[in-house]
Amino acid sequence: MGSTIASRKRRNEQIAFWLFRILSFGVVAILFYILYFLVSNGIKAISWEFITQMPEDGMTKGGIYPAIIGTLYLVAGSMLFAFPIGVASAIYINEYTKDGIVKKVIKQMTNNLAGIPSIIFGLFGMALFVNQLKFGDSILAGSLTLGLLALPVVIRTTEEALKAVPDTFRQASLGLGASKWQTTSKVVIPIAFPNIITGLILSIGRVSGETAPILFTVAAYFLPKLPHSIFDQVMALPYHLYVITTSGTNVAESRPMAYGTALVLIVIVLIANLLANALRKYFGKKVKMN
Amino acid sequence: MKARKIKEKIIESILLVSSSITSITVLLIVVFLFSQGISLFGDSTVEKGSVMAVNKNNTIKELTGSQIKEIFDQNIVYWNEVGGKKDTIILFRIDDIGNYYSDEEIGENFEGLSECVNRLVDSIPGILAYFPEKYLSKNFKGKVLPLEKVSMKTLFKGKEWFPSAQPAAQIGAMPLILGTLWVSLGAILLALPLGLATAVYMSDIAHSRVRRVMKPLIELLAGIPSVVYGFFGLIVIVPLVQQLFHLPVGETALSGSIVLGIMALPTIITVSEDAMRNTPRAMKEASLALGATKWQTIYRVVIPYSASGITAGAILGIGRAIGETMAVLMVTGNAAVIPHTILEPVRTIPATIAAELGEAAQGGLHFKALFALGCILFIITLIINLLVESISSRNKHKSH
Repeated sequence: MGSTIASRKRRNEQIAFWLFRILSFGVVAILFYILYFLVSNGIKAISWEFITQMPEDGMTKGGIYPAIIGTLYLVAGSMLFAFPIGVASAIYINEYTKDGIVKKVIKQMTNNLAGIPSIIFGLFGMALFVNQLKFGDSILAGSLTLGLLALPVVIRTTEEALKAVPDTFRQASLGLGASKWQTTSKVVIPIAFPNIITGLILSIGRVSGETAPILFTVAAYFLPKLPHSIFDQVMALPYHLYVITTSGTNVAESRPMAYGTALVLIVIVLIANLLANALRKYFGKKVKMN
Repeated sequence: MKARKIKEKIIESILLVSSSITSITVLLIVVFLFSQGISLFGDSTVEKGSVMAVNKNNTIKELTGSQIKEIFDQNIVYWNEVGGKKDTIILFRIDDIGNYYSDEEIGENFEGLSECVNRLVDSIPGILAYFPEKYLSKNFKGKVLPLEKVSMKTLFKGKEWFPSAQPAAQIGAMPLILGTLWVSLGAILLALPLGLATAVYMSDIAHSRVRRVMKPLIELLAGIPSVVYGFFGLIVIVPLVQQLFHLPVGETALSGSIVLGIMALPTIITVSEDAMRNTPRAMKEASLALGATKWQTIYRVVIPYSASGITAGAILGIGRAIGETMAVLMVTGNAAVIPHTILEPVRTIPATIAAELGEAAQGGLHFKALFALGCILFIITLIINLLVESISSRNKHKSH
C-alpha cells in the first residue's frame, strides 16, 4: 500500500513539474521570439547611413539621425534634472531622517509618483510646462516631464545603494569626529557610488523609450533641422516608431525604417542593462575586498 | 566650528528641499488634473455661443445632450419621443436659412438674419433651431432651451464618446472605462497562469543555472519600451488574431490583451518569484522532513506562504495594464463603442488621451473632458497602488 501511495505521489509530482517546465519554457520561447523577430528584421535595416542621415521621401528612405539626437538631448536633459534631485532625496531619506512622519510622507509620495501612468505625466507636462509656464513644445518641457517620471526610479535605486553601505562605516567616521555631511560625502557616497551609477543607467534605459510623456510636450513628426536651443522641438526615437507605423502616409514603405528604429531602441535598453549588470558585478567584488 | 555648523545646516536644507520635490509633483499633478477635469462640470455640451430654440407653443422644457444628438442624427423624428407633442421635428441650422428666405431679406451683411430666424421659429410649430447666439433677436418670439450642463451622470452614464460631435458633444466615458477594464482583465487572465507557473518553476524547480539565465532575460524584457511591444503587436499579433478568428480587422480587444499580457509577464514573474523565494528555508525543510514531496511542499507551503506577494504581483500587473498607453493605442483599433465581444475593436482611457489631446483646443470642452478622463485613470491607479502596498505591508508583518 505504502509504496503505491508513494509512487502516485511521485507521479503527480512528475506531471506537475513537467507542466510547469513546459509553461515556463513557453514563456521564455515567446519572449525569445519577440527579441528574435525584432532583431532579425531590424538588422537588415541598419546601416551607417541609417543612423547618420536625415529621413527622406516622407520617412521611407534615409536615416533616423535627428530622432537619435533628439532622444539623446531628452535623456541628457531629464537626467540633468532627475539625477541630482533624486540622489539628494535618497540621501536625505536614508541618511538624515529618522523613522518618522517626514520619512513616511516622502516615501509614500515617491511610491505614488512611481505608480502614476506615463500618459498622466504627459497631460501634466503639457498643462504645467507647455501651457502654464509657456515653455511651448520644447526640449525643456519634454526633459522636465521625463525627469519627473524618472525621479522615483533614481530615488529607489540610490536608496538601495545607500542601504547596502554597512552602518559600521558611518559609526567609525562619526566616532572619529566627522560631521554628518562629511561622513555622507566622504564615506557613504564613495562606497555607494557604483550602485548609484547603476541606477542612473537603468533610468536612462527607461527614459529613452518613453513615448506617452513626450507626445504633447516635445515630440515632432518631422523636422528638417536639428534643434538649436532648449526651446526647440525635436524628433525622438519612440515617437518616430509610433508615427511611422500608425499614421504616416507611407506605412508600408516605411516598414524597414520602423524595424530599424525598434532595434535601435532595443539596443539602447540592452546596453543599459548589460552595463548596469557589469558595473554591479565589478564593483560588488571590489567593495567586498576592502 | 560655527561655519561648519552653518554649512551642515545649509546642506541639510538643500537635501530636504530636493526630497520634497516628489511630494510637490504629486500635489501639482492632482491640482492640474483635477482643476481642469472638474471645470468640465458646469460646461454645456453644446458649443459656446450657440442657441437651441423651439416654437413658443412647444411643450418641451429641455433636451439632454444625447437627445440632441439623436435628433440631429435623425434617429428621433417626433417631438413625443422626447416628451413633447406628436409633431414632426423640423431641424433648422443657420446654413439652411437660404431655403426659407431670399438674399434680400437676409441682407448683404446678414443684418436681417436675426429677424428672419425670429420669424421662422415663430411660424413653424415643430422647429428645432440651432444657431449662433449673435443672431438671437432682442424681441425673440420663440423659446430658447436651457442647455444641459455636464454632470457626473453625463460622464459616467453616457454610452457614447464623440467629443467633437456637432451640435452636442457626446462625452460618455462608459465605453472607455469598459474598454480599459476588458483589455486589462483579459491581459491578466492570460498572463497570470503563465507568469505564476514560471515563477514557481524558477523559484523551486529549476536548476540554479537555468534560473541564472532566465531571470536576466525576463528582466531585460521588462525594460523594452511599450511602443516596441505595440509595434510587434501590430505586425505579428494583429494579423494572427485576424486570421485565427476570420475577422475583418485584427485590431481588437483580444489583440490588446495579448500584447498587454506579454508586457505584464515580467512584472508578475519577478514579484511573485521574489515572494516565493522569501519562504523561510526552515518551513520548506520541515515539510520535506515530514515526508511531503517537493510538489506537495510547493503547493501546501510555498504558495500559501507567498499568497499575498503573488496577489500583490497580480494587482500590480493589472495596474500597469490599465495605465499602459502606446501598445494599446497601436493594437486595439480605438473604436469608442461599448464592446460586446473581445473580438471587437475597443478604446481605452489612456489611448483616448494620447490620440485626442493633440487635436483638442486648449480650454475647450474636449480638452477638459480628456483631463477628466485623466482624473478617472489617476484615481483607478491610485487605488490599485494603495491596495498593493497594503497587501505587501501585511506580508511584511507576517514574516516578522
